[in-house]
Amino acid sequence: MLVNEFLEQSADKYPDKIALICQDKRLSYLEIENFSNRLSNALIEGGLLKQERTAVFLEPSIEAVISVFAILKAGGVFLVINPQVKAKKVAYILNDCQVKILITDVNHLKEVSEILPSCPNLHSIILTDYESLQDQDTTNNSIKFGSYSEILEHYPSDRLPKRCIDIDLASLIYTSGSTGNPKGVMCTHFNMAAAASSIIEYLENTPEDIIIDILPLSFDYGLYQVLMAFKFGGTIVLERSFLYPFKIIDLIIKEKVTGFPIVPTIAAVLFKLKNLKKYDFSNLRYITNTAQALPPKFIEQLRKIFPASRIYSMYGLTECKRVSYLPPDEIDRRPTSVGKAMPNTEVYIVDDYGNKITEPGMIGELVVRGANVMRGYWNLPDETAKYYRPGPIPGENVLYTGDLFRMDEDGFLYFISRIDDVIKVAGERVSPKEIENVLHEIQGVNEAAVVAVADEILGQAVKAFVSLKKGSSLKEDDIIRYCSKHMENYMVPKYVEFRDELPKSSHGKIAKKGLK
Amino acid sequence: MEKMNKVGQADVKTILKEYITESFLPSSGLDAFEDNDSFMEKGIIDSTGVLELLEFIEERFDIQVEDEEVVPDNLDSLIKLDSYINRKLGHAG
Repeated sequence: MLVNEFLEQSADKYPDKIALICQDKRLSYLEIENFSNRLSNALIEGGLLKQERTAVFLEPSIEAVISVFAILKAGGVFLVINPQVKAKKVAYILNDCQVKILITDVNHLKEVSEILPSCPNLHSIILTDYESLQDQDTTNNSIKFGSYSEILEHYPSDRLPKRCIDIDLASLIYTSGSTGNPKGVMCTHFNMAAAASSIIEYLENTPEDIIIDILPLSFDYGLYQVLMAFKFGGTIVLERSFLYPFKIIDLIIKEKVTGFPIVPTIAAVLFKLKNLKKYDFSNLRYITNTAQALPPKFIEQLRKIFPASRIYSMYGLTECKRVSYLPPDEIDRRPTSVGKAMPNTEVYIVDDYGNKITEPGMIGELVVRGANVMRGYWNLPDETAKYYRPGPIPGENVLYTGDLFRMDEDGFLYFISRIDDVIKVAGERVSPKEIENVLHEIQGVNEAAVVAVADEILGQAVKAFVSLKKGSSLKEDDIIRYCSKHMENYMVPKYVEFRDELPKSSHGKIAKKGLK
Repeated sequence: MEKMNKVGQADVKTILKEYITESFLPSSGLDAFEDNDSFMEKGIIDSTGVLELLEFIEERFDIQVEDEEVVPDNLDSLIKLDSYINRKLGHAG
C-alpha cells in the first residue's frame, strides 16, 4: 500500500466524513483528497519528477497536511522541516537531499531568504500566503514563486495515476545524531504502511477515533498521527502547540477526542492546571506516550485526571518509527517498562560482541527486525552501515538502535540509556555536538561542552559548560542570545556555566563525566 | 500579612514588558517585540515559559489564574496579557 492511498481509500469510503479539524476549519476526506490532487497536478506541471524531494516548511496546518499528500501523489519524497529550524540548518537540509520545490509561507520565507542563493537545486517555492508577499521578498529571481491558493483554485482535482510502487521512498525524516548534522532517515511507502498498520492494530483504532495532534509534523510521532488517522478513516484535530494547555483540554472535551498522544513534557505542563479532575474526559479512550519514559508519578497523575483512558507506554526511534508498546493492563505491574515488540516486529538484545543476550536483566543494545526498519540515512553510507546491519536472512537489514536495554523474566523491555551522548529534551533528540559547534562560533568562546541535566518538565535539559578566551567578557545572556538565533528553541542551553578551563581526559579530550 | 502593594493599571504593562524582556527575549532569538506580537507565533515563549509566566503573574499581581483562563485570548501577547490582568485586578477598561 502507498501512503497516499491512506487518504485515497478513506476518501472513497467516507467522502463526507470530517478528516481534519484545525483552527475552526473542518475538512472532509473528499475536500482534502481534491485539494491534494490539485496541488499534485501543479507539482508535476512545475517539473517535479518521480522521487524528487519536496520540503514542507510550515507550522502544523491544513496546508501542511495537504502538501504532504500532494507530494506523495505526485510521486515525490516529502520532508517536513521543523518550523523552528534556523536558516543555516534549513540550507543544510535542502542541499543534503537536493530539494527542488519548497512549500512554505511568507514568515518562514523571510527567515530563510538569506540562504536561498546557496541552494542551487531549489527552483520553485509555493507560498500558502502568496498574496501577502512583498516585492523585496522575491529579489532572488532564479527561483519561481507560486501561489498555493491559486493552485487550489485552478488546477484539476483529478486523482493522478499511481506514480510509485511501495519500495519507493515516501519521506525523509530528519533527526539529530551524535555527528552534529541532521540525518535524513529514508522511509519507503512499504516501511511507513507497515509501521502504521502495526500501531493501528495495537491501539485498536477504528473510524470512530478522533485524535488530537499537538506534536510537530516534522517529528515522526506527530506526522504518523495524521497518516494513521487517514489510514483507518478517523478524524484528526490538529493544534499548533501545547503552549496554552487549557485550549487543548477544551478541544479534547468539545471535539470528543478519543486519542491523545503525548510526551512527558506535555503531561508535566498539564499537571500545572489546578483542577482538571472536574472535567468529563469519558470519551478519551487512550493516551499514548513515547520519546521519553513517563515517570511512574506521572502515570499515577494521568490516571486520576483521565480515569477512563488506557495509557500506552511506547518506545521507538525515527529509524524504524516504533518498536514496542506496553499493554495498558501491565502498566501498574511494570510502570517503567516500554513493553514488548509491536505486532509484526521482533526485537532482541545483543552484547558488545553482537551475541544475543537471553538472560533476563543483562544490559545490551536493542536490535529491531521488521518491515518498519527504514532504508537507512540519505547520502550517509557509513552512518547507515553502523546502524542498519545485515540480519538473519540474506539481504535483510536489522536496526541497531544505539539504545541500551534490559529484559525482565517475562520478556518486557526496559530502556537504560543511549550508547552515544544524544540528549532528549521534551522528547526531541538533541545532539550535543551540534550545540557545541554553534558555541564554538561565538567570538570569545575557547572551549565548550554540552551535557544533559535532569529537568522536571523537559525530562532532560541542556547545560553548556564554556571557557572563555583571555579578555572576553561574554555573559550567559550573550551566549543564550547567540544560540537562540542559530538553533531551534528546544536546543538552546537552559543553563550556561563558565569555567576557567574544562576538565580533560589523558588524551586531551574534554571529559564530560566531570561536568554536571 | 499583605503580599504587596496594589499595582496600578498603568504599571501592569510596564512590569510585564520588563519581565518578558528579561526572562524570555534572550532565548527567543529576537532583539525586541511589539505589544501585539503573538508569543506563540514569534516563538517568544515556549511551554515551560508559559508556566513561569503564570507563576510570575500570580505572585506579582496576587491573582489566581483559573484553568479556563490559560488560553491564548488571555495570554498570547503583551496587550492581551495586560488587559487580562487588569480585568482580574478589577481595573476598568
